[in-house]
Amino acid sequence: MPEFEPVLTARWGNADAVSIDGYLETGGYRALGKALATSPPALIEEVKASGLRGRGGAGFPTGTKWSFIPQSTGKPVYVVVNADESEPGTFNNRELLERDPHQVLEGLAIACWAVQCHTAFIYCRGEFVWPASVVERAVAEAYDRGYLGRGVAGSDFDLDVVVHRGAGAYICGEETALLESLEGRRGQPRLRPPFPVTDGLYGCPTVINNVETLSCVPHIVDRGATWFAGIGTEKSTGPKVFSISGKVNRPGNYEAPLGTTARALIEEHAGGISGGRALKAWTPGGSSTPYLTADHLDTPMDFEAVMAAGSLLGTGAMIVLDETDCIVDATLRFTQFYAHESCGKCTPCREGTWWMSRVMGRMENGHGRGEDIELMRDMGQNMLFKSFCALADGAVSPIDSSIKYFREEYEEHVRLGRCPFKDEPGAASVTDRTGGTTGSLAQVLPEGREVQLGEVLG
Amino acid sequence: MTAPEGPVLSGPVRELADRIVAKYPVARSALVPLLYLVQSEVGWVPREGMREVAEILGLTTAEVEAVATFYTMLKLQPSGRYVISVCTNPSCSLLGGRRLYERARDVLGEASERVTDDGLFTVEEEECLAACDAAPVVTVNYTYFDRVTEEQLEGMIAGIREGRVPEASRGGVPGDLREVSRLLSGERSLPGPERQPASATGDDGA
Ligand SMILES: Cc1cc2nc3c(=O)[nH]c(=O)nc-3n(C[C@H](O)[C@H](O)[C@H](O)COP(=O)(O)O)c2cc1C
Ligand code: SF4
Ligand code: FES
Repeated sequence: MPEFEPVLTARWGNADAVSIDGYLETGGYRALGKALATSPPALIEEVKASGLRGRGGAGFPTGTKWSFIPQSTGKPVYVVVNADESEPGTFNNRELLERDPHQVLEGLAIACWAVQCHTAFIYCRGEFVWPASVVERAVAEAYDRGYLGRGVAGSDFDLDVVVHRGAGAYICGEETALLESLEGRRGQPRLRPPFPVTDGLYGCPTVINNVETLSCVPHIVDRGATWFAGIGTEKSTGPKVFSISGKVNRPGNYEAPLGTTARALIEEHAGGISGGRALKAWTPGGSSTPYLTADHLDTPMDFEAVMAAGSLLGTGAMIVLDETDCIVDATLRFTQFYAHESCGKCTPCREGTWWMSRVMGRMENGHGRGEDIELMRDMGQNMLFKSFCALADGAVSPIDSSIKYFREEYEEHVRLGRCPFKDEPGAASVTDRTGGTTGSLAQVLPEGREVQLGEVLG
Repeated sequence: MTAPEGPVLSGPVRELADRIVAKYPVARSALVPLLYLVQSEVGWVPREGMREVAEILGLTTAEVEAVATFYTMLKLQPSGRYVISVCTNPSCSLLGGRRLYERARDVLGEASERVTDDGLFTVEEEECLAACDAAPVVTVNYTYFDRVTEEQLEGMIAGIREGRVPEASRGGVPGDLREVSRLLSGERSLPGPERQPASATGDDGA
């Protein structure tokens, strides 16, 4: 295979590329001109032919999504950039925004031409005070230079872009919750169907795409669908920015073709496990994707192969745990995350995540019982695919997969009546001593109080 | 700080509110931005502010309150001028985030859960801040500090007490919560005078 040349991160070494002058000098906005000279249907065909699939987690084909936008409803069409990036372990959108904001703006403008949208939104998570400011500045520059506003790049196509800042809620990354939030409501998911492509923002046809997805678009237009489809695997095409964190020597964002093995990413790009220790578990795509182990390191990181290995590619965020890390402790902390972030709209998720965090807490703190393992699996079965949105499925992933691969570790917590890792030299405790959750759920079961199954499910 | 006497959004701030509303095809989309504007005036979001926002947007105060309570960055009770958020999600805690959070709580005391007596600090435990490569991460008014040690955290707190707010890893010296809330309201991305917001839905029923 020829040496891979970075595509999405190519400008990261060039601090000037953040400004529009630096961006233009490195070929920026060339693709936009080319796109505007292409008919929207032909452009959508090109993106379809590239095989580009959404990088926000679900992997839906981008060109197909665009083609679903009806053009004859008499309603305006909207495009919304999902820059809510909150899936634990995921941090490539932030760096793409901070280091190359015009790349995503150019991709957005091309998408807007393809679906004939004249008002687009960039929904940034509230905590991105600085990254969103970088985007705001880029938007202002693009207006000044005529790449946004009246007559984009000298054409007669008009486009306005509004930067909107969220206010702290993971669920707002889910596309329908994001739309609710953008409409000035609580960020709670909507029932689908109807899907946003027909009934989205303000009830109008709406495309929602991730920052990384849109960052791919200018390159597809500039260098062609065939070139893009030649990167990666047959069904998972193109480059991907993998966020690697936890116990590796060089945590960071690394761009590689989809289908690069996890081993190459962890051992070569991220410099291997810190302190020369052994790898214990890793997530292929953030905390909502089932853990994999050292046995799965040769899995190619593409949608199909990761699924065949029993997990999901998700956002490609690899959180790495080593042999000194307690899987129960880490899983408890993820469970607390879901309990805290559950929007409360549906019962299996609202109640399930809460009780799971109680039972996990009891387990980690040495009060667990043998039956708790089955109890948690049972609770998981009552949440999986029975909830309103995929947050609940994500909550079940770390629990189910940790029990699958590390059941003995749970059993050891029960047998010893304590966490076997807590007194290890160098081991970091991820959760607090009470197993309490963050935020408003800081109620703790009295010690020794038993949870009855009926109580959990009733 | 107690709730204000007069209107919160008045004079030039009220004009700014109108310009923020104008950038959305449907006014209600400006709800959170306007609550940020209230927070930038008062330092938190009192009920009076919600009432004014409701009035501007043609909603009831209860509707605004229902939204305000959903989002953690809107402070519904008096808050410290500097909100210190420590990420304790696993990628950070595996590298000491949990200990950092406990240290912040130890240094600033129980009250920091709401606000310290000097009005300076609120300490929050955060979920993943999308900067796990820089673990453990701390933000001051949501401006990022990378790979923070316990010593550095204490130094940051001491600095803020003495009026020397430390420079963040990216984005310069964080402003206080009011200044940052002003930024969050979207005042830096306003439509130019010539930009007319499009009709939202193509019909007039929106
Ligand atoms: C709980 C939950 C959180 C999500 N968070 C994000 C997010 O932060 N960013 C994102 O792009 N997609 C997120 N998604 C996926 C979106 O719903 C949607 O699939 C995506 O934004 C579509 O863009 P894409 O096709 O370009 O990937 C989330 C989904 C769920 C269920
Ligand atoms: S699954 Fe959870 S997050 Fe999704 S709608 Fe139900 S309660 Fe809300
Ligand atoms: S886990 Fe702390 S920033 Fe992601």
